[in-house]
Amino acid sequence: MSTTFKGRPVVPGSVTASALVSHSGFNTLASFQKALMFKDKDAKCSDQNNPDLYGKPMHGTALCLPRTIGSTTGGMVLYCAAALGQQPACMLFSEPIDSLAAAGAILADVWTDVSMPVVDGLGDGFLAAVATGSKVEVKEDGTVVVD
Amino acid sequence: MANMVLTPEQQAILDGEKGETLAKVMKTLVRYGETFGAEKMVPVTSEYGHLVTSFGLSVMKPVYALMDQLIEGGALSGQKFSVDPRPIDKHVPAGFLQNTVFGIMYSKQADYEKQLETLGLLNHDAFTCTCYMPEVGNEPKKGDVLSWAESSAVVYANSVLGARCNRNSGILELFGSIVGFVPYFGFLTDEGRKATWIVEIKTTKKPEAQILGSAVGMKVVEDVPYLKGLSKFIGTTLDADAKAYLKDFGAATASNGAVGLYHIEGLTPEAAEQGENLIAKNAKTYVIDDAELERVKASYPCIWKDPNAKPKLCFVGCPHLSIKQLHDWTNALAVALEQNGRAKVTIPTVFTSALAVQEEFRKTPDYQKLTNMGVVLSYICPLMYMNNPLCGKQPVVTNSNKLRTYTSARYHTDAEILDILSKGGN
Repeated sequence: MSTTFKGRPVVPGSVTASALVSHSGFNTLASFQKALMFKDKDAKCSDQNNPDLYGKPMHGTALCLPRTIGSTTGGMVLYCAAALGQQPACMLFSEPIDSLAAAGAILADVWTDVSMPVVDGLGDGFLAAVATGSKVEVKEDGTVVVD
Repeated sequence: MANMVLTPEQQAILDGEKGETLAKVMKTLVRYGETFGAEKMVPVTSEYGHLVTSFGLSVMKPVYALMDQLIEGGALSGQKFSVDPRPIDKHVPAGFLQNTVFGIMYSKQADYEKQLETLGLLNHDAFTCTCYMPEVGNEPKKGDVLSWAESSAVVYANSVLGARCNRNSGILELFGSIVGFVPYFGFLTDEGRKATWIVEIKTTKKPEAQILGSAVGMKVVEDVPYLKGLSKFIGTTLDADAKAYLKDFGAATASNGAVGLYHIEGLTPEAAEQGENLIAKNAKTYVIDDAELERVKASYPCIWKDPNAKPKLCFVGCPHLSIKQLHDWTNALAVALEQNGRAKVTIPTVFTSALAVQEEFRKTPDYQKLTNMGVVLSYICPLMYMNNPLCGKQPVVTNSNKLRTYTSARYHTDAEILDILSKGGN
């Protein structure tokens, strides 16, 4: 049975992908650091403090998270990941998006050819309902359907 | 999302009348602002900007390509800027292999610094995270609107100097300096500067700034705290000691959480002026006593391969030390070494500060005193040093909670660091 959530499309777009869920704040720099350094196309998460994601490929996934945390280079790192083709298929925030993630998402949208829909404000129920491996469909208007 | 109303000048830039590149810069800022409900852009009023990205990390090629695009499109910064610390200093201890890795990691450093010069670098030595030190000269005035990103500098400028700046990301802050406008939301507004947390300090002694900041950051995350009960320990005057304390406190709140602004009752500019009128309705309360600080300190994991390893390197100065801190550390270390019958520190030790601060410090007898004790004075960013995988594997100790948060370095209080440096052991 599928469950539908409605958020705000920060970067509108439609995509279907397999979920990768972080229940704690997503540290953008720590997560992408090794993928960027070692040109890992799968973008395996290198944040040892994030047990939900550590070692798992992030590229092409529906990255589900509450918010991002960490260094204010975070937006720049997300932009780099997108420019190098290592970005998630989409980013789905349960909370209102933070300034660093917003900057990265908008930089990627304006300055690269990559399509990475970003939806925020999906609510705590979203992270409770979605599990890593769930099929997630994102629509232009910010609707997210979790199978 | 809000629809922003632009001035004719801003609209012209967005419409491409000053070129496609500037139009994209403006488009990025407008979309960023609209995401947070900004209805207008306001002028950046500080004399100088400050950039967080100081490193020519070879893997960040898209950033350097973007910089080239900006330069080719004539989208240079409208204000000169300082930049975070350089990632390499040959005076900081490193072995052959570590230096080889540094050479590979930061192979774009020279090229990137050329780009920065073209874009608007203040001067060749303007590399520090504490650009607001008087010796450096990038000290915003109260009420100035900034386009900065370095988290420790943003929280200091907002809280201690009363300037107005959001917690921007790298690149975005450069964009604001390029067009000379930033979206009006968050800490730029009076409402966004209200405290939503009251933090009551009920300790029996002056709290360690780095642990207090860590506790506050972890609790309030990105909210604005109003601290009561701290002035009795650090006074009601923003003198050099209070500013140094707040620099380290703020950096810990910003790195252990995501704090961009705090108020200290009776001390920081807005709290001194407005008092409890700064506190929002329904603000939550967090009480900090000795036990709470102990709990927070005990929660820090040690991620060294051998937790009992003897430290091989010590960093003091993340964020970079003020000149007062350099003098204080020098004298405290001299006393500690004398008490333990030693002339030099027990492990390689690096104190970091801005080059302009060092220049003044070198004119004083304390400089010779410090170097005679075996301490290296450097302008490096310790975090960038620790990003070298071979350096990160070393058992490094520090009194910086920011360095602890982002690297494998182990945190110790100032007193513990003095013990390690003067007695040895771990």
